[in-house]
Amino acid sequence: MSRNEHHYNSDLAIEARGLVKRFDDTLAVDGVDISVPAGAIYGILGPNGAGKTTTLRMLLGIIDPDEGVRRVFGHDRPHEIAKWIGYLPEERGLYPAMKCDEAIAFMGALRGLPLDEGRKRGRELLEGHGMGHAIDRQIRQLSKGMAQTVQLLGTLVHRPKLVVLDEPFSGLDAINQGKLEVMIRELARNGTTVIFSTHVIHHAERLCNDVAIIAGGKVPYAGSVDAARDRIPAQVRLETRNADGEWRSALPADARHDAKEGGGHFWYFPIPDGGIEALLKRLIDGEAGILSLSIERAGLHDAFVEIAGAAAARALEAEEDR
Amino acid sequence: MNTAQEASRLSFFQAAWVVARRDFKAILFSRAFFFFLLGPLFPVIVGALAGGIGGQVQREAVSNTIAVVMSEEDNAAMLEARSSAQESIGGFPKIVALGAGEEPLDARSLLAATDYAVVVSGTPEAPVLTGTEAQMKRLDGPVTLLAAVAAGNAPSNYPKVTKNALATTAAAAKSDRIRTAQAGQLLLFLLMMLLAGMVLSNLVEEKANKVIEVLAAAIPMDSVFFGKLFAMLGVSFVGIAVWAGFGGIIGALAGEALPELPEPALGWPLFILLGVAYFSMGYLLLGSLFLTIGGMATTVREVQTLSMPVTMAQLLVFFLAAFAMTNPGSPLELFAAIFPLSSPFAMLARAAQSGELWPHLLALAWQALCVAIFIKAGATLFRRRVMKSGKGGRGKKGRLAPPSLTNRDNVASVQSLASEAH
Repeated sequence: MSRNEHHYNSDLAIEARGLVKRFDDTLAVDGVDISVPAGAIYGILGPNGAGKTTTLRMLLGIIDPDEGVRRVFGHDRPHEIAKWIGYLPEERGLYPAMKCDEAIAFMGALRGLPLDEGRKRGRELLEGHGMGHAIDRQIRQLSKGMAQTVQLLGTLVHRPKLVVLDEPFSGLDAINQGKLEVMIRELARNGTTVIFSTHVIHHAERLCNDVAIIAGGKVPYAGSVDAARDRIPAQVRLETRNADGEWRSALPADARHDAKEGGGHFWYFPIPDGGIEALLKRLIDGEAGILSLSIERAGLHDAFVEIAGAAAARALEAEEDR
Repeated sequence: MNTAQEASRLSFFQAAWVVARRDFKAILFSRAFFFFLLGPLFPVIVGALAGGIGGQVQREAVSNTIAVVMSEEDNAAMLEARSSAQESIGGFPKIVALGAGEEPLDARSLLAATDYAVVVSGTPEAPVLTGTEAQMKRLDGPVTLLAAVAAGNAPSNYPKVTKNALATTAAAAKSDRIRTAQAGQLLLFLLMMLLAGMVLSNLVEEKANKVIEVLAAAIPMDSVFFGKLFAMLGVSFVGIAVWAGFGGIIGALAGEALPELPEPALGWPLFILLGVAYFSMGYLLLGSLFLTIGGMATTVREVQTLSMPVTMAQLLVFFLAAFAMTNPGSPLELFAAIFPLSSPFAMLARAAQSGELWPHLLALAWQALCVAIFIKAGATLFRRRVMKSGKGGRGKKGRLAPPSLTNRDNVASVQSLASEAH
């Protein structure tokens, strides 16, 4: 048992504290903390170049952090438990001359699965995903989406306990994105921990229990999706027939100040201190011409934009100070 | 490490085996390798034909003359015998009759000073043949026949030819063995030049196909390097076996036209065995360097650009070893034997020149250690320099974009998103 394993929290699949990575003069990752519960679907969100891939590579042991510790199922050297991990890199890669079942078997063999068993499982997986006709085809003969599916199946063929997917939805059409979402849910149902990075927030919102937002190499937010959404107050969405905006005089001062036109007949403003009932009364009295009124809770996308934008701005200021 | 951990990953060698097996099969069954195998055969065939013609010319112009040193009477009989044999049978070597002086004949001095193939002395009834084993073997028949004709006994009775093989001094043997050492070094160098270059572009395939990250995530990079090198070594042995097979056929066809090399000090079997071992070590040493250098390149064009200085460096190492060989035991020779890249060349030359076995065991152990160090260093450098960033943060040539640019872009894109959302 290594020194770090004494403090291993068995509820966590991944635990990272203070990860730092520099490339020459570039600080790519600056003190990342992440805790991924075992069995969860966990999203790592961030704009392009935020440090998502570098963080994943450090978590998987592809590169070592300059500072900080990482533990995967309590092991601080992830290669020691390579058989438990499946990894789909952002830049997909397969040998073009290999046949589909061989490619899957090879990826399994890298994770300790005997080649024959890998071929057998590979054929089963291909047939199970509607690609039975392509078993004997070479990778170079497949479409991009099909090749991506083969690589994903290769990531799963050895039945890992942890699956790490770097931008798994990129390059897939809407139908295949849907299939992938189903596959991820299925994995989690079977007890597999799934981590994926994305800059398309909707996937994370639909799939994840928890997320970490990475921006400028830091993690300004890590926690549940709900808590992230709650960081932005809910808004009132009013549809009115009075397009001139004169009705706004009926709003309390705090709401009037922040009211924004959302296009068409829609207006958005914060819930005033007096509450919804008082607001409704004032709007009716003020002849606001209400067509519809609803309370809109912020989405993860809004939370992401808010959090990542602020963090990126802070990083830029810090750099300029330096 | 506990048992559960051991079971959770492949061992170093198991991981290397997975990579080696894939690479070996992929290269061996590729069309490119087939053409690669054919390439060197053309110069070998042309060379063999040219060598065969050259050998024939050499035999006829230089080495095919027999010196006869008998009494005046016997000399004349031998000349007449040759003349009549040539007339009726043809194809006899020339003979030159030399008068026996008052001093006893020193056949060795005569052969050293002239181009005669052998010297025949004594009498036609009891001829004495002096020369090297090879020449005596070749000319024994014609001399016996000429002596029998000269003595008037042919075709019923042939004289017994006394053979006087040239005694070789230790110094002369050593001098001769330099030729074996040179030939061994040259062969080693040619094979390395032909085969090690393949390693340069080996990692480019993985980088171009983006497979490298799949490998790096699953197994240690040292295992990837090790597996790749051994796969290429295996492929090289297949290539050598094919070329050696063709060489054997050509050798059988060319027969005596091929030059004979003096036996190496350690004997042929051990010399060949050491040759295989030194080729393996040299290949792994050079290959690990090539793999690292090639790994830094991002395109095949870059690999091609890199190959020129690498080839020149190979030449320098070869020249060092070749020059050092002429002064066994000198500091330069010792340096060439210790410097990892020239060590296989220098030690193979030693195997031809010196009968001691222990330096080879020591050298092989040292070279194996250097291979391990080179692979470790190459894999570490590769991880540090190449596995840097994902798509998003990558600037030109696989490097990260400057932080200011990355952050400004992020701020701009996120702020525009924010303004859209609100």
